[in-house]
Amino acid sequence: MKASRTGPAVIVLLGALYFVLPLVATFEFSLSMLRSIWSFEAYRVVFADPQFRTTFSFSVIAALATIVLGALLVVPTAYWVRLRFAKLRPLVEFITLLPLVIPPIVLVFGYIRLYNSSSWLPFTNSAGGTNLLLVFGYVVLSLPYMFRAVDTGMAAIDIRTLTEAAESLGAKRSTILFRVILPNVRAAVLSGAFLTFAIVIGEFVLASLLNRPAFGPYLALIGANRAYEPAALAMIAFAITWACMGLLQVFASGPPGRPRSGRSLFKLARRAAR
Amino acid sequence: MSFLEIRGVSKSFGQNTVVSDFSLDVAKGEFVSFLGPSGCGKTTMLRMIAGFETPSAGRIVIDGEDVTALAPNRRRIGMVFQAYALFPNLSVADNVAFGLKVAGRSKPQISARVEEMLTLIGLPHLGDRYPYQLSGGQQQRVALARALAPSPRVLLLDEPLSALDAKIRLSLREEIRALQRELGITTIFVTHDQEEALSMSDRIVVMSEGRIEQCDAPFAIYNRPRSRFVAGFVGTLSRVEGIVAPDRSVTVEGCPIILAEPPRAAAGTPLTLALRPEAMRLEPSADRINRLVAIVEDAHFLGSVVRLKLNVAGGTVLADTFNRPTTPPPARGAWVDLHFSPADVFALEADEATSSKTAEPA
Repeated sequence: MKASRTGPAVIVLLGALYFVLPLVATFEFSLSMLRSIWSFEAYRVVFADPQFRTTFSFSVIAALATIVLGALLVVPTAYWVRLRFAKLRPLVEFITLLPLVIPPIVLVFGYIRLYNSSSWLPFTNSAGGTNLLLVFGYVVLSLPYMFRAVDTGMAAIDIRTLTEAAESLGAKRSTILFRVILPNVRAAVLSGAFLTFAIVIGEFVLASLLNRPAFGPYLALIGANRAYEPAALAMIAFAITWACMGLLQVFASGPPGRPRSGRSLFKLARRAAR
Repeated sequence: MSFLEIRGVSKSFGQNTVVSDFSLDVAKGEFVSFLGPSGCGKTTMLRMIAGFETPSAGRIVIDGEDVTALAPNRRRIGMVFQAYALFPNLSVADNVAFGLKVAGRSKPQISARVEEMLTLIGLPHLGDRYPYQLSGGQQQRVALARALAPSPRVLLLDEPLSALDAKIRLSLREEIRALQRELGITTIFVTHDQEEALSMSDRIVVMSEGRIEQCDAPFAIYNRPRSRFVAGFVGTLSRVEGIVAPDRSVTVEGCPIILAEPPRAAAGTPLTLALRPEAMRLEPSADRINRLVAIVEDAHFLGSVVRLKLNVAGGTVLADTFNRPTTPPPARGAWVDLHFSPADVFALEADEATSSKTAEPA
C-alpha cells in the first residue's frame, strides 16, 4: 500500500514546490532589505511611500465603482435573459466571455480611438472622464466572472416562480428586482465582486494606457526601479488576493436565502440599540 | 351576476392550441376546481386568470372589470404555487407582509394583518422563522397566508398540495377549504387529483385537450359523467364487451345486462359497458338485477375495503366490497357472481371506448 502512495505524494510535492517555492523565495527576498538581518524594512518603505497610498486607494475606489456598475449591469441582464429571453442566453454568455479572448490592449485602443479629445464623446478630455472610461473598461474585463457568478446564483433559485409570486402580490418589476431577486443572489454577486476586486487591483494595461494613477502601473514602475520593494508589493498583492478568495469562500458557500451570521449579528445589534 | 367571467378564451403557443374556447362563470365565494390530466390546459387557463399568460382570444372579467390586458400586479389576485415560492431571504412574517408593503399600508396595519393571517393558518409563533426552517406543509400554509393577506379578489391555487406527502395533503386540503369558506373568497383550484377536486369543490371543471368536458357539482361529475373521458378520468372504471340483444339488453358471456338507459344501437352490434367498482356486490339484492360471472384474479385487502380484480369475458373488472369480519375475501381462482343494478352500468360510444387510454384502472 505504501509504495502506491509514494508516487502521488511526490507529484503533489512537486506541484506544491512549483507554486510555493517562488512565493517563499519572494517573501524571503522581501525581508532581506537590511543587510544580514531579516526585517520588514521593505514593507515599511512601501507603506511610507505616499504614491503607494494614493495609487492603492485609487484602485480600491475604481474596483468598488466597477463592482457597483457591474452588478447594476449584470444582475438585471442575467435576470431578464433567464426570465424572458432564454433563447438568447448562449449569445449573452458568448458576449460576456469575449473579454477573456480579446486582449485588454485591443479594448483600450478602441476606447482611445472612439472617445479621444477630438471625438463626438470626448471622455479623455478630463481626468474624471478618463476615470469613468477606466471603470467602464474594468466592467468589461470583469464581465465573464460577474455574469457567470450571478447567472449561476440565479440558477439556484426559481426566479420565474418567485417573480410570479411577487407579481401576484402587486409588486412592480423594479420592486421585484431589488426586493426579491437581488437579496437572493447576494452571495453570487459578492463572489463576482471579490473576483472583480482582485482583477482591478492589479490591472496594468488599461490604467497605463489611459494614464491613470492606479496600483498596477505603480507596481510596474517600482518593479523596474527598485530591488526589494517589488517583492514586498508582490506579497501584499498576494495577501489581498487571498483575502478576497477567503471572503469568497465564506460568502459564496452558504445556501441561498439563509441569513448570514454577519447580518443576523447586525440585526441583533440594531435590536439591542433600540 | 357572476364574479369571475371567462368568455371564449383560447390560448395558442405557435401551432399548438393549449386552451380553446373556454367559457366559465364563477359566483362570488365559489370554489371551482380545474381537473384534468397533465397537458390539458388547466394550468395555462389559471395563469391567464392570473395574468402570467395573455389569451390569444376571448376575455376575462373580474368583478365587472375587464382584466384581459391588465398586468398581473394590478389584478389584485392571490396565487399559491406548487413549489411554495416563498421568498427565501424574508422571514415568515415578512413574506406575509410583502403584498401589504407593496400596497403601501401603514406599519401598524401591516403588523396587525400579519398577526391575523398567521393566527388564521395556525402558525402564530413562527413569524420569525425563515422558509428553509419550515416543513413543506407549513411553507404552503405561509404561502396561503401571504396570498390572502392583501385581501385579493380571487384566490388561485396551482396544484398547491402536489409537493406534499399524503397525510399533510389530506389535512391541508380540509384546512384550505375551511379557510376559503370562512373568508368567502372566490377560489380557482387546479389539480390533477380527482379526489382533491371531488372533496373540496363547489363545482368541478373537467378539462381535456384544452376543452371543457364537463362543468358540474362533484356529485354530478362522478355519478352522471357526460362524456366517456369524464367517466374514465373521474373515479375508476371497468369495461366489459357485450353485444346488443333484440330486447335492448346487452349480452355479456351469455348473461343479459339491463341498462337504465337502453342502448340505441341495433341488435347484434358490439358494445362496451362501463362499471364503477363500488357499485359491484357479491350478494344479490332486490334492485341488483344484473349478474355477471367472474373469476377472481386477485384480492387486495385494503382494510375497510377489499378490492377484487376479476376476470369477466377476458376483460378486467374491479369490484370494491366492504370488509366484513365474518366473510373473508374470496380466494384467487374462485368463481363469483357480481350483482349490480341497471343504474350502475352505462354504455360507452364505440369511438370513445376505443380512443381513450384513460380508462385503465388506477
